[in-house]
Amino acid sequence: MIRTHEYDAVIVGAGGAGLRAALEAGKRCKTAVVSKLYPTRSHTGAAQGGMCAALANVEEDSWEWHAFDTVKGGDFLADQDAVDVMCQEAVTSVLELERMGLPFNRTPDGKIDQRRFGGHTRNHGEAAVKRACYAADRTGHMILQTLYQQCNKEGVEFFSEFFVLDLLLADGVCGGIVAYEIATGDLHVFRAKSVLFATGGYGKMFKITSNAHTLTGDGPGVVFRRGLPLEDMEFFQFHPTGLYGLGILLSEAARGEGAILRNADGERFMERYAPTIKDLAPRDMVSRAEFFEIKEGRGAGPNKDYILLDLTDVDPEVVETKLPDITEFSRTYLDIDPLKEGVPIVPTAHYAMGGIPTNIDAAVLADHTGTIVPGFYAAGECACVSVHGANRLGTNSLLDIVVFGRRGGLAMAEYANSHKLPAVPDEPARHVQDWLSGLFEGGGPEFPAHVRTRLQTVMMDKASVVRTEDSLGEALVEVQALRRRYDDCRVRDRSKVYNTEITEHIELGYLIDMAEALVVAARARTESRGGHYREDHQMREDDHWLKHSFITKTADGDTKLAYKDVVMGRYVPVERKY
Amino acid sequence: MTGEDMELTTREIDVRLRVLRFDPEKDTEAHFEDYTVRAQPMERLLDCLHKIKWYADTSLALRRSCAHGICGSDAMVINGENALACKVLVKDLKQPITVEPIRGLPVMKDLIVDMDPFFQGYLAVKPWLITDPKEREPDRERLQSQTDRARYDDTTKCILCAACTTSCPIFWADEEYVGPAAIVNAHRFIFDSRDRGGRERLEILSQKDGAFKCRTAFNCTYACPRGIKVTKAIQEVKQAALFKSF
Repeated sequence: MIRTHEYDAVIVGAGGAGLRAALEAGKRCKTAVVSKLYPTRSHTGAAQGGMCAALANVEEDSWEWHAFDTVKGGDFLADQDAVDVMCQEAVTSVLELERMGLPFNRTPDGKIDQRRFGGHTRNHGEAAVKRACYAADRTGHMILQTLYQQCNKEGVEFFSEFFVLDLLLADGVCGGIVAYEIATGDLHVFRAKSVLFATGGYGKMFKITSNAHTLTGDGPGVVFRRGLPLEDMEFFQFHPTGLYGLGILLSEAARGEGAILRNADGERFMERYAPTIKDLAPRDMVSRAEFFEIKEGRGAGPNKDYILLDLTDVDPEVVETKLPDITEFSRTYLDIDPLKEGVPIVPTAHYAMGGIPTNIDAAVLADHTGTIVPGFYAAGECACVSVHGANRLGTNSLLDIVVFGRRGGLAMAEYANSHKLPAVPDEPARHVQDWLSGLFEGGGPEFPAHVRTRLQTVMMDKASVVRTEDSLGEALVEVQALRRRYDDCRVRDRSKVYNTEITEHIELGYLIDMAEALVVAARARTESRGGHYREDHQMREDDHWLKHSFITKTADGDTKLAYKDVVMGRYVPVERKY
Repeated sequence: MTGEDMELTTREIDVRLRVLRFDPEKDTEAHFEDYTVRAQPMERLLDCLHKIKWYADTSLALRRSCAHGICGSDAMVINGENALACKVLVKDLKQPITVEPIRGLPVMKDLIVDMDPFFQGYLAVKPWLITDPKEREPDRERLQSQTDRARYDDTTKCILCAACTTSCPIFWADEEYVGPAAIVNAHRFIFDSRDRGGRERLEILSQKDGAFKCRTAFNCTYACPRGIKVTKAIQEVKQAALFKSF
């Protein structure tokens, strides 16, 4: 069955970016939020450590220092106009969340408390600064809950457990989406004057990840298949402290509160890699340091394959009150008490710097020259503004979602209120109907889960913290072979009600697309920058590579790369030392 | 961790499960099905359910997302008690492990229940900051002392997984009861010094389907995967309603 709805604005995804956008759009025009999860299940809720803003509540700070840190942390690939917007609006964004009721931790005089975080410094790198506003180690949970509360207060309309499958474009103008209702198997055409994607990341392409099972690149996948570009796909962040074997995140706030990384010899090895800020160096540098410590035989444990996060010198009161959740994760999942012994950790796939290219008002770009897709917006991890460049600083993702979620919500409402409902193709759901019915036909005996497991292993081994031409070449061959195996799989369950086999099957297809885009873009970039480290090209090459990659899928299923210059500003690229 | 410890925790064992299945398109009533999967003692029950879904019976329906106890998707009745499937480990469960959907909400399929009645109870208590329009909004943040912030800390941890509400015998018997999770979320605002909606919420919770239906069975406190002292929060809300002080 196909149902049709008409809205002014449709937002896909109900994490921080989607909900923040919905708050703005919902006040201004008829708005619906379509999400494959109940909103409070979104992965914003898993963010722990904080949200940076130069409030200067605890020590001297300025938004300009924050901007400098963000640009330097991103290895000078971030667009500096966008970074300025984010760091300036950070202050009002945090205050706004507080006024919505967000329960921030407080200073003794009742202001929002702030703490240290990786890569955030005073006066252009002098020393670590207390800039991260936080609520224990559940800041993301509080942001998600607060925004959900406010959306309910404003009466925002939700379509929960609706899975986006297509973007409707007619003559290059966005006119809505097609979604699959998981509870019934029905298709829904949402016609809209403006659409905003806020679908999150795609870390599930890697074996060890902090990401939820549902982070499968659905939004970027839909966009890519519609022939629109994705930006900077080669840049994927590995967080240095994922629980060994599981990848569950242990916040950088642990190191902000004084925890230390040690190798098998008990050495504080970060002193060698980042003499000034040591354990609080940006994530790409710390993850790489861990990789080399393990590779060179200094990993801890019987198989010398992990690093220890040592919290034993941190005040137990601080651990229990400011880091309660990560302490519990360690106790629950590894049976290790961080108050008594080092916690085994490894780099874990955490955050996609790349995604759907947008301008600073969250409008989606149709190509590397900056042409806009009328009526189409994106915000949050699925988007690439780019404010994170080649490596995102800790806390800047929570900031990104509220700043650009808000801007996107405003922009899409303004667009919707000044345009008519656009035309959509005849039989707008036809493409999706044909696609879905094909999934049940033919196919061999293989379970898609085997394909997914292999994809995750290949990407972890060949396209993660350290890459080479050879490893990426092998990864590409494997990913393409996995796509053929995937195409041979069929969906066994023909039920209509909560057919989660079909949703998982489609998610795997998106993941394969994301993996291929990542590998192709990474192979082309013969330099090292931020989260993209090439052992065969270890230097940053600003002369050739100070530019964003734009990858598109061609009509014959191949991929094509183009490049766009970085927007420069006050900061001239220098060697990145900490 | 020594080599020996590591071997003990990574060696795979047979894990037997009994999962309550119900397919509304085929079944007239629910029935148990038995499965055996290979898993390590430190693996989560969720991992075992995935092994069934991914390699044995792909039609098994369950909700899950973050897999580490934060998103609240996978509350289930596990060996008779409410818990998140991603937060209990194989080593801690007696076999065969029985897995059933949470109780008191309509079962849609297998382990998936209709969450709408649960969220309606939540919305009934106006779970958002209520301010007084006559008070001027500050330009900066509202100030709040550390003591005032600590007053409602426990109930901010709620992830709306419904483990508490669906463990409550009163809720099983009476679906009109707002349930523990709604009261927890009311508590989070009633005891927040910035909120001005306390009286409004207490009026709602003083009505017949409100907090006074609670008979302090403590199931909710026991079921909460976030360690919230749910029964205590409910008692505090009842007292606030009785004595009009909070």
